Amino acid sequence: MFEGILITIATAATPLLIASVGELVVERSGVLNLGVEGMMVMGAVTGFGVALATGSPWLGVLAAIIVGALFSLLFGFLTLTLVTNQVATGLALTLLGLGLSGMLGESFVGMPGVKMDYIYIPVLTDLPFVGKLVFGQDPLFYVSLLLTAGVAYFLFRTRAGLTLRSIGDNHASAHALGIKVIAIRYLAVMFGGACAGLAGAYLSLVYTPQWIENMTAGRGWIALALVVFASWRPWRVLAGAYLFGAVSIGQLHAQALGIGVPSQLLSSLPYLATVVVLVLISRNRRLTMVNTPASLGRPFVPDR
Amino acid sequence: MKKTILSLAAAAAVMSFGTVAAEAKVKACWVYVGPIGDFGYSYQHHQGLLQAKEKFGDELETAYLESVPEGADAERAIERFARSGCNIIFATSFGFMDPTNKVAGKFPDVKFEHATGYKREHPNVATYNSKFHEGRYIQGVIAAKESKAGVAGYIASFPIPEVVMGINAFMLGAQSVNPDFKVKVVWANTWFDAGKEADAAKALIDQGVDIITQHTDSTAPMQVATERGIKAFGQASDMIKFGPTTQLTSIVDDWGPYYIERIQEVIDGTWKQSDIWGGMKEGHVVMAAYANMSDDAKKLAEETEAKIKSGSFNPFTGPVAKQDGTEWLKAGEVAEDGVLLGMNFYVKGVDDKLPQ
Repeated sequence: MFEGILITIATAATPLLIASVGELVVERSGVLNLGVEGMMVMGAVTGFGVALATGSPWLGVLAAIIVGALFSLLFGFLTLTLVTNQVATGLALTLLGLGLSGMLGESFVGMPGVKMDYIYIPVLTDLPFVGKLVFGQDPLFYVSLLLTAGVAYFLFRTRAGLTLRSIGDNHASAHALGIKVIAIRYLAVMFGGACAGLAGAYLSLVYTPQWIENMTAGRGWIALALVVFASWRPWRVLAGAYLFGAVSIGQLHAQALGIGVPSQLLSSLPYLATVVVLVLISRNRRLTMVNTPASLGRPFVPDR
Repeated sequence: MKKTILSLAAAAAVMSFGTVAAEAKVKACWVYVGPIGDFGYSYQHHQGLLQAKEKFGDELETAYLESVPEGADAERAIERFARSGCNIIFATSFGFMDPTNKVAGKFPDVKFEHATGYKREHPNVATYNSKFHEGRYIQGVIAAKESKAGVAGYIASFPIPEVVMGINAFMLGAQSVNPDFKVKVVWANTWFDAGKEADAAKALIDQGVDIITQHTDSTAPMQVATERGIKAFGQASDMIKFGPTTQLTSIVDDWGPYYIERIQEVIDGTWKQSDIWGGMKEGHVVMAAYANMSDDAKKLAEETEAKIKSGSFNPFTGPVAKQDGTEWLKAGEVAEDGVLLGMNFYVKGVDDKLPQ
């Protein structure tokens, strides 16, 4: 039973983690893209549709990544080239994604989808207690962990990562040093879009293999909050996603056990926990300031 | 500025129209709270629209607005429809109650139909609803017959009378077969979040239930039940495709007959204000095919359905005690509709504390 609960928690946390790590890179470059929910839901509908048409969940995942990246390119063009307001554009992207995916997915409603198989390694997966948890989950679960490690390494152990962070902290100085601010931000935005698309595909191919309008149900927003929660650090995003997942699943178990605590209170626990941790983290104001990208959300127009 | 863009975008999102134009005798319009692609509540209302369209053909012009938020936006949407020449408007969510009545006062020649509400402030407002709890009672009977663990999981949405009534009906149905039957209730506090509903189903299964029923709108719990190899009941529409070896039956909301009847009355000029709470007898609540169960359970389900359909049996017939053991209905006494529509207590045996 405990293994089952832990796997359920991992399933709940994985889409949040993937989308959140993507957005973290975007924000580290100094761009605030509030369109995560929209890109995610576009990924969900694309992943579902392509997997259904081809019978291959992997092609669905690939298509979702591409569509997520392309969709974010729209945001990039508007905010980076035309220098529109990032907050408003991001919100518009979310609304557009929700509407567009509903239209594209109209014929998918009520169709059982293609489910991505769980990993199975003989002997290892059959190990008691930990077999399924460590060696028997869906492939994207492992991808999400590798992604987190990769982003952590890239941002803090490579020169390119340092460049990206420098743009997020002070785009004017970076520009003066000859760094191509806009080009790198485009890449970051597309990486975020690709991750959001992948997270969406996780929903429609692994979590609940079906297409329903608006099936992200606010997970894009939670992913956004997690980035702040984690003070823009990848491993803290992972901790946050799993904490959120654990409290969400834990409260359902508490209800099923009938412990007599009002369900509204239990339902709000994941959010309460987020707030509490946020308060604890930001107690040390200097430490928070160090991690916050200083140019976050500020428009950049290069002088010639 | 930000706010303007937001509200503009919201308005654009709301105005996804579906209109058919022709030389029609009458125009009927629907306002939905959710997307028609939810495969649940709004989807089923839209199926009603489609049935009406098929029935009347060119005589009927239809229009609908989906994902209309409850509140001020609803009033605008309804008023727009009233101005655009709709003869009859179906407002299909509880929260459209006051807006519907308000607009109705301004357009006395237009007929207004409000689903699941109780206010009829003008002679041109009618209300309608369905007795879904009749289906829940049958589900309870089946659950108690089929469950080996003697405990079922119930994924609930919000503690409103409609949902509480459903849990009670399910419990009474189950108790009619097995007086010791248990129901574990989990409140998802959402109508519609596939992931959360799936999580709730997993949690219930991990705690040992072997039958799942839901009062939330997605097909996710059905899929989880299939994966874990237990049985489940569908919700709002026939979900057999999502669980060919899992679904025992499903309560199907069939609004079509009511819509056709009311539109016909508008055409004939005989439409009158009414308050219809139709159930199995009227064909508003239909059970999907009984499947994946023993012949014994199937037979009992069919017998119960026949009794409810003929009107000889009401699921809420005494003796019934409240959760705390105090008497609610005396032997043979039948609950009044008014009490059911405001139900805010559990019957005896439900293993949960009702959120207030």
